[in-house]
Amino acid sequence: MAKPCVGYLFSYEIFSKNHQSTYLRSEWEFISMADELLRLNGIYKSFAGVRALQGVDLTIERGKINCLVGENGCGKSTLIKIIAGVYKRDAGEIIINGKEYEDLHPIDAIREGIQVIYQDFSLFPNLTVAENIALNEELANGRRLVSWRNVNRIAKDALAKVEVDIPLKARVEEMSVANKQLIAIAKALRQNAQLIIMDEPTSALTEREVSTLFSVIRRLQKQHGIAFLFVSHKLNEVLEISEKMIVMRNGRVVSSGDRSEYDNARLIFEMTGRRITEKSYDFTPDLNQPPLLRVEGLSAEKVLNDIQFELRRGEIVGVTGLLGSGRTQLALALFGMLPTDNGRVYIDEEEVVITSPQDAIQHGIGYVPEDRLTEGLFLEQSISNNVVVRIIDRLRNSMGLLQTRQVKEQANYWVEALSIKTSDPELPVKTLSGGNQQRVVLAKWLASKPRLMILNGPTVGVDVGSKEELHEMIKHLAGEGMGILLISDDIPELLQTCNRILLMRRGHISEEILPKETNENELSAKLIEE
Amino acid sequence: MESNTASNNKSWFGRLSMDGNTLRLLIITVVIFIAFSILLPGKFLSVRNLQSMAVQFPEFGILTFAIMITMLTGGIDLSIVGAANLSAIVAALILTRLGGDGGAGWPLMITAPLAIVTALIVASFCGLFNGFLISKIGITPILATLGTGAIYTGLSFVITGGPAITTTQLEYIGSGAILGVPIPIIIFIFLAIAFVIILRRMSFGFNVYMLGTNPTAALFSGIHSDSILIRTYWIAGLVAGIAGIVFLGRANSAKPDFGSSFILLTVLIAILGGVSYTGGFGTIAGVVLAVLSIQFLSTGLNMLMLELFGNSAAIFFRQFAWGALLLLVMVLNYYTEKRRSRAIVSGG
Repeated sequence: MAKPCVGYLFSYEIFSKNHQSTYLRSEWEFISMADELLRLNGIYKSFAGVRALQGVDLTIERGKINCLVGENGCGKSTLIKIIAGVYKRDAGEIIINGKEYEDLHPIDAIREGIQVIYQDFSLFPNLTVAENIALNEELANGRRLVSWRNVNRIAKDALAKVEVDIPLKARVEEMSVANKQLIAIAKALRQNAQLIIMDEPTSALTEREVSTLFSVIRRLQKQHGIAFLFVSHKLNEVLEISEKMIVMRNGRVVSSGDRSEYDNARLIFEMTGRRITEKSYDFTPDLNQPPLLRVEGLSAEKVLNDIQFELRRGEIVGVTGLLGSGRTQLALALFGMLPTDNGRVYIDEEEVVITSPQDAIQHGIGYVPEDRLTEGLFLEQSISNNVVVRIIDRLRNSMGLLQTRQVKEQANYWVEALSIKTSDPELPVKTLSGGNQQRVVLAKWLASKPRLMILNGPTVGVDVGSKEELHEMIKHLAGEGMGILLISDDIPELLQTCNRILLMRRGHISEEILPKETNENELSAKLIEE
Repeated sequence: MESNTASNNKSWFGRLSMDGNTLRLLIITVVIFIAFSILLPGKFLSVRNLQSMAVQFPEFGILTFAIMITMLTGGIDLSIVGAANLSAIVAALILTRLGGDGGAGWPLMITAPLAIVTALIVASFCGLFNGFLISKIGITPILATLGTGAIYTGLSFVITGGPAITTTQLEYIGSGAILGVPIPIIIFIFLAIAFVIILRRMSFGFNVYMLGTNPTAALFSGIHSDSILIRTYWIAGLVAGIAGIVFLGRANSAKPDFGSSFILLTVLIAILGGVSYTGGFGTIAGVVLAVLSIQFLSTGLNMLMLELFGNSAAIFFRQFAWGALLLLVMVLNYYTEKRRSRAIVSGG
């Protein structure tokens, strides 16, 4: 009985070769000490009967850059929290540095050198950079009085390892997201990190900041032998930085291996379990028809300069440009949220004056804002309430009272029409995944039947599979005669979804591009050239 | 189709049991009632006591409706007591100057409706002024209404010169009854029903909840926030005016500093009743239960103190008990919410 138990501690391959010998076991442990930092065997975890993890096996070697990818809800975050000791597993083994942990506490994980940098970085915004990096340590040493000289020395030392130049005395809240991240890394290094786990580290970074982050990661790996587990949605970044891929789906690791075995298509296949091929949107507008939207010389102080374009029914016109190029301001101006000082806007060749969202709505313009969490949704309210918010006035009876049945019918209709995945439309929107939340924002507008939809970053933070479905939905709407202005900096998205792309620079449309006459590289080069 | 109806049924039951706050409050209210009925045999559960409680709670209960609707938008109205007293004083002024007790001698048939309508107009102006300051000028509700509350109280002092204005002409509203039901309680019930209709069956109410949940999203969804806010504070003012008339009817006098402890009490009741202080959530059922539980607790403690110590030191103890009840409900909510959210988390 004892032998199989001992054997169970080995990984399957080792067990099958050496299950007879206890001598070999210790040798194996020695080997594992050398290059295996973390091993998970058959990890299970359920929340209230919902299985989040269903037997995850995973190994992380010392000094390697690992990438963990998977769609929302596949169990990535749960897995990270189990590794960090925040959640307790239901079953399975955790072996860190060769030591098995029955009950892993966060403090154990930290002692073993596992550091997690969450999306909010867990920094104190009101404290200085130096305090954030060093105070932990000062407190851990049980000092009553803080030695500021020590604090500064520790912080300087840590930042030197990251090789970045950040003023020690500045407050963290004044820092850019990228710098906050580097500060969090510096803090992790001070705590003797062996493995740094980063949860969606690039979601709020510009391209340049991403490449700085990557060079920091590579340097730390090379000079200090630190391993990374990089959790991300952005497949091109994952493919760039990773040495080992780990793909999760439905609470399991479905595929893992060397970076060289993967490309974009395979990653998408492993993540979604199906092949996704998007066709580009080939559409030639009928130039004899009057344009749905015509903008002439639209200007707003400092942010928009002489904007000129037309949009016809059935067109999906992309608007792209760097942050600060005025792409969001253009949307806000058309939706009546940004005062303009010049220019004319025509809808169906009729001049309109739009100075408030209500004006825009009255002329049939809908706007899906950039930040769906704060601008697009009433997160704590039900899906149903969010869907009907635009049309609530139309759901009244002759006495002016709401018809609860019609409200329900509308909500159910849209939940079904946009296949929003939920067990009950009365649940709060915040229970949905990113892609489904975005569908709710879309449903809210579609219910009011707009002629023109302005979509600002409609697939930011949305899973690959969901993203493709949203693209199909957008194309379908255009196909039914809606005009769509799609603002995005996701180049593949623009190329696959739009029939024309307007490139903005410093508040001006500098170029019009046809997707079939360009490719990803050319467009991204154009995007960043000044 | 089959699964559809099944999920509808589930959601209906789900909602009944999901509003755990109201359910807990119902249990607490019933427990308090039963506990005092046992502790004070024959006294708490007596027709006389029930009648006396029935005319007490509508005063602050009506005010709670006023503060509740402003809290639903994520604001607050601290001026309601000021507005209520100002309206009561204006009504009392009309009644004494024009009416029977030493006034111009107009019949009550004319003076009473005139006084009530004028009082409600004054109250409406108070509310509209708050709404204007909050929506058009953009002053934070708590500061705007702190200021206007002081103005309304100040105006009352200017009008009366300090002392109360006494008149018994509206006594019927305070102590009359229709079919044995005291009039204050009829007003309370009528307002409760009106609020349920406004909040649950009108698009205005729908928008109040939405605006309170997320003002930015409301803006991006094309909700006319200004008009919603102005109407909200107008309703709050109007309801405060109704409370003022009930004050006048009950006390037979109107004075500038009547019921100054009501402000904090109404906030406490609203929170106890499950109204979110950040806006967007709260039901009339919860508020009504909170009003009842506070009334039972106050009266019960009062009688218990009288029983035990022969004096009514409970007036001090009462505030203590209110605070304790609020904290108890908060703690209960915290733990049940935590358990529920732990059950909902599915990771990912």
